[in-house]
Amino acid sequence: MAGAASWSFGEEDSRRIEGLLQGFLYDAGARCALLVDRTGQLVATVGEQPEFDSVAFASLAAADFSANDQLATMIGENEFSSLFHQGEKESMYLADVAKRVILVVLFDNRTTLGMVRVKVKNVVRELAGIFREMFDRYAASQSRPYLETAFVDEAEDEIDRLFGDL
Amino acid sequence: MSMINYASREINCKIVYYGPGLCGKTTNLEYVYEKVSPNTRGKLISLATETERTLFFDFLPVDLGSIRGFKTRFHLYTVPGQVYYNASRKLILKGVDGVVFVADSQVERLDANIESMHNLYENLAEYGLDLREIPFVIQYNKRDLPNISSLQELEEQLNPGRVPYFEAVGVRGIGVFDTLKSVSKSVIKSLS
Repeated sequence: MAGAASWSFGEEDSRRIEGLLQGFLYDAGARCALLVDRTGQLVATVGEQPEFDSVAFASLAAADFSANDQLATMIGENEFSSLFHQGEKESMYLADVAKRVILVVLFDNRTTLGMVRVKVKNVVRELAGIFREMFDRYAASQSRPYLETAFVDEAEDEIDRLFGDL
Repeated sequence: MSMINYASREINCKIVYYGPGLCGKTTNLEYVYEKVSPNTRGKLISLATETERTLFFDFLPVDLGSIRGFKTRFHLYTVPGQVYYNASRKLILKGVDGVVFVADSQVERLDANIESMHNLYENLAEYGLDLREIPFVIQYNKRDLPNISSLQELEEQLNPGRVPYFEAVGVRGIGVFDTLKSVSKSVIKSLS
């Protein structure tokens, strides 16, 4: 089916990834880690729950990363595999994971960029392994995740209810 | 490329509003933002120039609420319409689940509509997507203006695949939700 979801994120995958990121946050002294897929959807948030709108944040982070990828190509690089944005108190470090997901790390002056960078390298390697395994599993099963008919009926009713009289 | 997150029980779908410069893509999102209840929608993010022309994209998340235990959300995006922003347009199409083409009905914009439609086909092809195989609707906007092409002419030039189309006056909200309802239902159906 052309439009069926191309991947899904299961509870077991989620547990493994969250465990890994919790360990990383502790080691790096960072506050929060978000995983955002390249299309701008938030996959997971670990650590201190952010006070900002994380849905909007995810769309902007993906756009930021994609725009920088294009800039990299223009100067003859294949990619910028990581980006760093420095603020006065809060900073963020973004790193590519298996070309499908972006790891966004939020940290403040309780740690250093060097520490975050070193720890990110390791965690990205491990995350990439998990994601590759996940994508291979879906590719091998040849059945893409899909929604049952009852879901579609209910969603359509909800669309009519929400947008019907506007 | 919608993603089903079984861990957080969320489904997010990406809908992109495409079309030539000043056709009314941002106006569609602004009207949706204004009209849906605040607990249904998130923040409207606009990356625009000082003269309010879209520079990168507008983004508006709209929640359908919980459907059979899954928090279901549509991510509405616009692209910058101006020809020279093609690199940005291409990026926004990544992972798209459904497309709305907003056409400017004014006679003098017919060529710009056709050019933008070709550009949409080309940009989707780079992601291996074919407009004939994904949820797609057309909105003929600005139907209240005096110098407009006939519906028949627009259909002939822009809609050979006979996808659903809607006449609209975006600034007054006419046709905006008919368009959104049609594309969002089509996206949901494509997931089953």
